[in-house]
Amino acid sequence: MNKLLKQLTEATGVSSNEKEIRLLIRDLVDEAVDEWQVDSLGNLIVTKKGTGQSDLRVLIDAHMDEVGLMITAIDRDGTCKFMTVGGIDDRSLLGKVVRVGPKKLTGVIGAQPIHLLKPNQRNSVVKVDAMRIDIGAKSKDGAAKKVSPGDTATFDTMYEEAGDYAFGKAFDDRTGCAVLIELLRRDPFPFDLVAAFTVQEEVGLRGAQVVAYATKPDVALVLECTPAFDLPNERDVSPNVSLGKGPSIYVMDAQAIQDPRLVSHITRTATANNIPFQIRQPGGGGTNTAAIQRAAGGVPAATIATPARYVHSPVSMINLNDFENVVSLADATLRTLNRDLFNRN
Amino acid sequence: MNVFEYLKKLTETPGPSGFEQQVAEVIQESWKPLVDEISLDRVGSLIAVKKGLGAEPRSRILLAAHMDEIGLMVTQVLSLNDSEDSSGFLHVTKVGGVDLRHLYGQTVVVLSSAGPELVGILGSLPAWKLPEDKRNKPFDFDDLVVDTGMSYGELKKLVAVGDFVSFRQPLRKLLNRRATGKALDNRTSVTSITYCLEELSRRNHDWDVIAVATAQEETRLLGAFTSAYALNPDIAIAIDVTFGKGPGATGENTFEIGDGPTLSLGPNYHPGIHKALKEAAEALEMKVHTEPDAGSGGTDAFGIQIARAGIPTGLISIPLRYMHTMVESVALSDVERAARLLAEFVVRLDDQFIGQITDDMMDMKANSN
Repeated sequence: MNKLLKQLTEATGVSSNEKEIRLLIRDLVDEAVDEWQVDSLGNLIVTKKGTGQSDLRVLIDAHMDEVGLMITAIDRDGTCKFMTVGGIDDRSLLGKVVRVGPKKLTGVIGAQPIHLLKPNQRNSVVKVDAMRIDIGAKSKDGAAKKVSPGDTATFDTMYEEAGDYAFGKAFDDRTGCAVLIELLRRDPFPFDLVAAFTVQEEVGLRGAQVVAYATKPDVALVLECTPAFDLPNERDVSPNVSLGKGPSIYVMDAQAIQDPRLVSHITRTATANNIPFQIRQPGGGGTNTAAIQRAAGGVPAATIATPARYVHSPVSMINLNDFENVVSLADATLRTLNRDLFNRN
Repeated sequence: MNVFEYLKKLTETPGPSGFEQQVAEVIQESWKPLVDEISLDRVGSLIAVKKGLGAEPRSRILLAAHMDEIGLMVTQVLSLNDSEDSSGFLHVTKVGGVDLRHLYGQTVVVLSSAGPELVGILGSLPAWKLPEDKRNKPFDFDDLVVDTGMSYGELKKLVAVGDFVSFRQPLRKLLNRRATGKALDNRTSVTSITYCLEELSRRNHDWDVIAVATAQEETRLLGAFTSAYALNPDIAIAIDVTFGKGPGATGENTFEIGDGPTLSLGPNYHPGIHKALKEAAEALEMKVHTEPDAGSGGTDAFGIQIARAGIPTGLISIPLRYMHTMVESVALSDVERAARLLAEFVVRLDDQFIGQITDDMMDMKANSN
């Protein structure tokens, strides 16, 4: 059992309410880093001193927030109205158990029973504003003693493993956090490594934006978790990325073109070290690279990701070999970084 | 008994209709010390007899609660690209009244006929990757896959078309002694029967009590029809769940949870049994609600009533929120109330009872003429 992934995915940290995951990560890296600080948005920025061989300033980013829910109001019957924080499909919410607020109260998202539905209702999607979280309260006052509007909620999902695969919530992007923690625990790099566990990626890449400005790196590497669409599909036989085929390397997504020099350094490194990798089919999505690359006058940045199925849902899935290979590839990529790679001649 | 812990054990044991053997075993273990005879019948219902103190031949009451739950069944083992080492997936269909709107993102257990139980998750391509006409609908069985993480080669060795799949959901506590989980429809009622048998072991009753955990109620009331025929009781009470008032369910056909069980009245129920249940509730000063039912046929009472030459049958129901989902919710107090009501009803049965409810039928007829 990968204890790090278990701890990180079972902790909560809905965008804007990352305190629990921030404290957990601080404790997990405390002994491996030389200093840590928290900024005004809640980003956790740590520095691991290097061997002094290189004066490159390298930023490595993984976002620690996750998609989730936020309570908006309490109804007369004691059930709670809510909205989604980050991109969650309404279809993934019904019939799920959530943990609400700082006390992690158990709540459920039910719906009228199938027996009482009109035929057209059976085949239509229930919208989030028609759903309620039921914590078992009997009245508005009873519920108000336990939860408040603004409280966040996450899916109540345990981490588990089956063979090479792991099931759990928030692999996006606790896999990135886990990779980063593994790197910080390794031998010093040739340069000082600035590692940022960023907030609010899921609501617009906002944490990384200010970290990049504040740290002004020469180069940045983003560790992510990317949705894999490798399911049987008659119309499209070439999935964007597949589980089990290695780290997924971004070239272009909906928001950014990754730095081509850094991308080719990553793929060359993978080949040289016999680490499998796959180029993620260019297309939708976006990572903190988009925010970092245009901060502080521009920063070359690229993204390495662990592929996951069913992200932004109650339970997603990764291949553990992919995860280990992201650690190896990120490590090898960093250790061979040098200023020459980015010279514009 | 600790109602929550018992219910937890029952609900967490898989038992989709037609695959009741595991849950039957758990129930059998708990009933054995409380009854005189116990056995499984030919269709998988669990039947126990607790003898009464009356003179032979004793009258007999049947208490029926179904132990099966809704679930899924494997229809196809498929691969990503036809190679043995590519990812394997399962397509499934429903067993009983499964609500498609709740399936995406659920965890399931594949009850593999050829090997160990496999954990899987119900996933799909995101809606925007589906054909346009499907994007505004719940994911259906063509889109949903059970994903175990196994390769196609491994998966097809372990899983066959026709294997059962059960939802997996731990029973959890909510505020105010409420519990939430799967299969509370109808393991809550099985729990009420167990609780009732415990109470009867401390009280005297004249009649024989036949407790049945019926099989395949969710698909076609199979266990109700067959056990009522085989056992030929003098009267019967079915125990099931009814619609709890809650978000999206507010009509007259819904009942507050935690406010007492309901007693059904209508074509599927004998008025004399209904009346006697109400009297038993009054004796206990217990709040109950009359549930009018025009003959919906949704419970074991529907099958039992027309077994052989007809059996006077009643129905006690426990209000439950979010029926047929993986977050069904009940108030534990209602489970206990239904049990105490059943026990009180049984204890009050004497050798006049059948005669009385038959006479009442004639009086009603005389009055209406």
